[in-house]
Amino acid sequence: MKDGYAIEMRDIVKRFGDVNAVDHVTMEIRNGEFFSMLGPSGCGKTTSLRMIAGFEYPTSGEIYLNGTSIGTTPPFQRNVNTVFQSYALFPHMSVAENVAFGLQMKKVPREEIGRRVDEALDMVRLTGYGERRPRQLSGGQQQRVALARALVNRPDVLLLDEPLGALDLKLRKEMQIELKRLQERVGITFIFVTHDQEEALTMSDRIAVMSEGKVLQVGTPTEIYERPNCRFVADFIGESNFIRGQVSALNANDVTVTDGKGLTLRGQMVQPLQVGDDVYVSIRPEKARLSVQRPSEPPNNLFPVTVDRVAYIGSDTRIMVQLGQDQLFDVWEQNTRSTVDRDAYWQRGEQGFLWWPAENALVLKD
Amino acid sequence: MATESAPLGQAPNSSLDTLARRERGRLFGLLFPGLFWLIVFFALPLVVILLYSFLTPGPTGNVIWKFTLDNYITLFTKDLYVNAYVRSLWIGLVTTVVCLLIAYPLALYIVQRSPRWRNLLLFLVLIPFWTNFLVRTYAWMIILANNGVINSLLQAVGLPRQTLLNTTGAVLVGLIYGELPFMVLPIYASIDRFDFTLLEAASDLGASRARAFLRVMLPLTMPGVAAGSVLVFIPTVGQFVVSDLLGGAKVDMLGNLLQRLFTRSNPPNWPLGSAMALVFMLVLTVAIIFYFRTTTEEDR
Ligand SMILES: Nc1ncnc2c1ncn2[C@@H]1O[C@H](COP(=O)(O)OP(=O)(O)OP(=O)(O)O)[C@@H](O)[C@H]1O
Ligand SMILES: [Mg+2]
Repeated sequence: MKDGYAIEMRDIVKRFGDVNAVDHVTMEIRNGEFFSMLGPSGCGKTTSLRMIAGFEYPTSGEIYLNGTSIGTTPPFQRNVNTVFQSYALFPHMSVAENVAFGLQMKKVPREEIGRRVDEALDMVRLTGYGERRPRQLSGGQQQRVALARALVNRPDVLLLDEPLGALDLKLRKEMQIELKRLQERVGITFIFVTHDQEEALTMSDRIAVMSEGKVLQVGTPTEIYERPNCRFVADFIGESNFIRGQVSALNANDVTVTDGKGLTLRGQMVQPLQVGDDVYVSIRPEKARLSVQRPSEPPNNLFPVTVDRVAYIGSDTRIMVQLGQDQLFDVWEQNTRSTVDRDAYWQRGEQGFLWWPAENALVLKD
Repeated sequence: MATESAPLGQAPNSSLDTLARRERGRLFGLLFPGLFWLIVFFALPLVVILLYSFLTPGPTGNVIWKFTLDNYITLFTKDLYVNAYVRSLWIGLVTTVVCLLIAYPLALYIVQRSPRWRNLLLFLVLIPFWTNFLVRTYAWMIILANNGVINSLLQAVGLPRQTLLNTTGAVLVGLIYGELPFMVLPIYASIDRFDFTLLEAASDLGASRARAFLRVMLPLTMPGVAAGSVLVFIPTVGQFVVSDLLGGAKVDMLGNLLQRLFTRSNPPNWPLGSAMALVFMLVLTVAIIFYFRTTTEEDR
């Protein structure tokens, strides 16, 4: 079963009263991949995960685990395990008893339980902690017990609902690396829920970006960042400048947009468009250039601008420029040269030229 | 007291000693009111009872200052008393178990309601306390009497009358009714503190609902179960009002015998009553210690 889908969600709807928590979601999660669900609070990530775990049943639609429909199979009969955000460790059991729980439920022989519990604790670097109570452990250690408790069962799919949410930043970064390494080692499909985009980008093989119960885009981190398919995704992942306008000409993938106030922009098409469509041209701040002189070989997006604000943040300088009459535009320049000379940086009120290659601008619908 | 510090320093800790002494003095000052209360209202009566239980009853209800073990021998040999012990413990046990079986699901149900309903339901659980216990027990007499509410209903639908009042069953009904809130409240409190995600975690790890309950929820709500059980068991075993009113003179519990020995019998027999009360206390203490040992083991 190495290829094929670990989880398939087919047109899943989950309604609570008159709230559509999950709204016609279709997703395929491949065997052995690190899959993230990313989206703002309340977009239905937890609900989706809980349906895969079996804590909620879909209002309509079908979920398949390794090709078998599991719509209303109760959680204890699914070979899927969950790492809860609150860890949900059993406080009245020792660490080893916690980890052994799932194996005991499956009536695994005693000696094998002992061996597998030791292995699992070893894997999360908690050898020797078996006799402790969960409350005697730090947050990061509890987190690892929760991981061991789930992984010891060798599930087909491991579900993680913001498992790093309660950790401080440094520990969080460490756990990100550890978690990713662990996933590669055990080869189990991970479905990881987060609302932290950086976390999703660094860890995932593929990401599903969700909003208001819908999946907007599924793709690899680079696809999601470099080729967002709508304004929401471009806005939610990373930062972007948006210039509003209408499509005035189309030539294969090359789109010309006018903003009605004298700006004409060229960008790439990422979804089907027609002349006259209301669109946003999206340009990432690090993908635009600002220069004092007009470039000798003028690109097709070149605009005279005035510097409005400058923020020096060490590695970068972030420059806000005024484009046209009332459009503010963010440009990030890497500080590649070491100098304390003030004049080497942009100054407020300075004139310059803003430009970017057409492939750096995406034309997106709302 | 000073033995712990003795091996450490022989000479230079005299100032420490005064400090410790002063500290001890202050501590005693703080403890005094409580100690006083305990001694006067708890220890002294206990000593009196202990003393009396080894004295000889006199012909007019007085006490003769002559040491004897007869009181205890009577207690453990005469059927009347042995039966009362067994019956009381049995009634206490049944009452506690039935209360537990009703209270746990009820408390769970209440916890799972929305906050508004929850408060209303808790209020309903407490409402009986607004009426005097005696009055409520009399109400049960009216319900259970030979021409009472239940029998009238039975007759109305053409069924034969039943003897309900003055039976062990009637006593149990009255006790369970009266003690139920004392079981519901502590269990409610511990279920309220219980994190229900733990049940999901158990289920996620392959536990059926029953096993998740037995392995996770029950052990974690055991403090409430234990507290409720003790709160119900102790007063029940010592009951005499309910057994008197709903059991007639037919269902003698310890409390009834005690009451009779101290006040009603002719002549009163304080030494025997004292012995009975002491043994009663001892049995309860042992039962409770045993109970806590077995129920709270998981939590240590
Ligand atoms: N049991 C429930 N009853 C009613 N509404 C619910 C329930 N669970 C979730 N919802 C609603 O469904 C929507 C999606 O919730 P969900 O918990 O899946 O969001 P989420 O993406 O996990 O958000 P967060 O990042 O805040 O955890 C929300 O509007 C939420 O209020
Ligand atoms: Mg959530």
